[in-house]
Amino acid sequence: MSRQSNRTTDSKKMNSELFTLTYGALVTQLCKDYENDEEVNKQLDKMGYNIGVRLIEDFLARSSVGRCQDFRETADVIAKVAFKMYLGITPSVTNWSPAGDEFSLILESNPLVDFVELPDNHSSLVYSNLLCGVLRGALEMVQMAVDVKFAQDSLRGDNVTEIRMKFIKRIEENLPAGDE
Amino acid sequence: MADEALFQFLHNEVIQYIYKSAEHGEMENGRCISKLENMGFRVGHGLIERFTKDTVRFKDELDVMKFICKDFWTSVFKKQIDNLRTNHQGIYVLQDNKFRLLTQLSAGKQYLEHAPKYLAFTCGLVRGGLSNLGVKSIVTAEVSVMPACKFQVMIQKI
Repeated sequence: MSRQSNRTTDSKKMNSELFTLTYGALVTQLCKDYENDEEVNKQLDKMGYNIGVRLIEDFLARSSVGRCQDFRETADVIAKVAFKMYLGITPSVTNWSPAGDEFSLILESNPLVDFVELPDNHSSLVYSNLLCGVLRGALEMVQMAVDVKFAQDSLRGDNVTEIRMKFIKRIEENLPAGDE
Repeated sequence: MADEALFQFLHNEVIQYIYKSAEHGEMENGRCISKLENMGFRVGHGLIERFTKDTVRFKDELDVMKFICKDFWTSVFKKQIDNLRTNHQGIYVLQDNKFRLLTQLSAGKQYLEHAPKYLAFTCGLVRGGLSNLGVKSIVTAEVSVMPACKFQVMIQKI
């Protein structure tokens, strides 16, 4: 078992590969099941939402982050703590709108798309759309309604991957909207 | 990095999705299990290539199975297989007393009928990994008391 010791950094990378490859298998299955990319995008968002509403509890249990005072703090926590914890990357937070209710997360690298190339017939597929759902679901559980979408996607030819997040409103009721 | 949690969430969502789409298309349980197993196969097939990039050549079948039980299982599930048994004639039984994907489900016999759903992907994972190492097999799983389960690997001589 002497091999194990120099594999510790490798094994972290390998675990993310497990996730990446599983995600790839999922998207492939969805593309097979649904005829058009829009449907696949919607499904990915729905599934992401279901994951997000559960992930937030896991996140809050693991990190010792308290309640965020404002949207800016939320953005920092998402980028510096959450993304780092689950995907091992730290996107940068930029492009704040003047009202302070909209910002962009810029991902230099996206672990979900390692080994992935989009074929020509799937040009409107938002491959990483699961992430949008996850963010939306997670924030809804902490009483924030947000709109999340990809503004740029490295898979579709852009230099970076950019996720645009817009704060819509504070949710007053405590009951979730329910799983879709 | 909390990869494990993320993978578990994704794995559970995949199972939900496969079974929900089955309801609409009126597919039987068997088809769903096959779909999950095939997904696992694809993933295992690719994953094992990455894992064994730098490892030395395997001496024999038993060596391959030991690799699956130790290194592969540790990388994927953060622990080793607890017990490996074989009849030296191509059948191996891998026992995991605390299978990571079942620990959240139950600690006994509750939800036993749902357990196979949570094992299908892993069966495929093992089958895919073995296939890319040149070993053709059939992998099944059985569980009587969660979270312990047994994976049975039957080597197919081509």
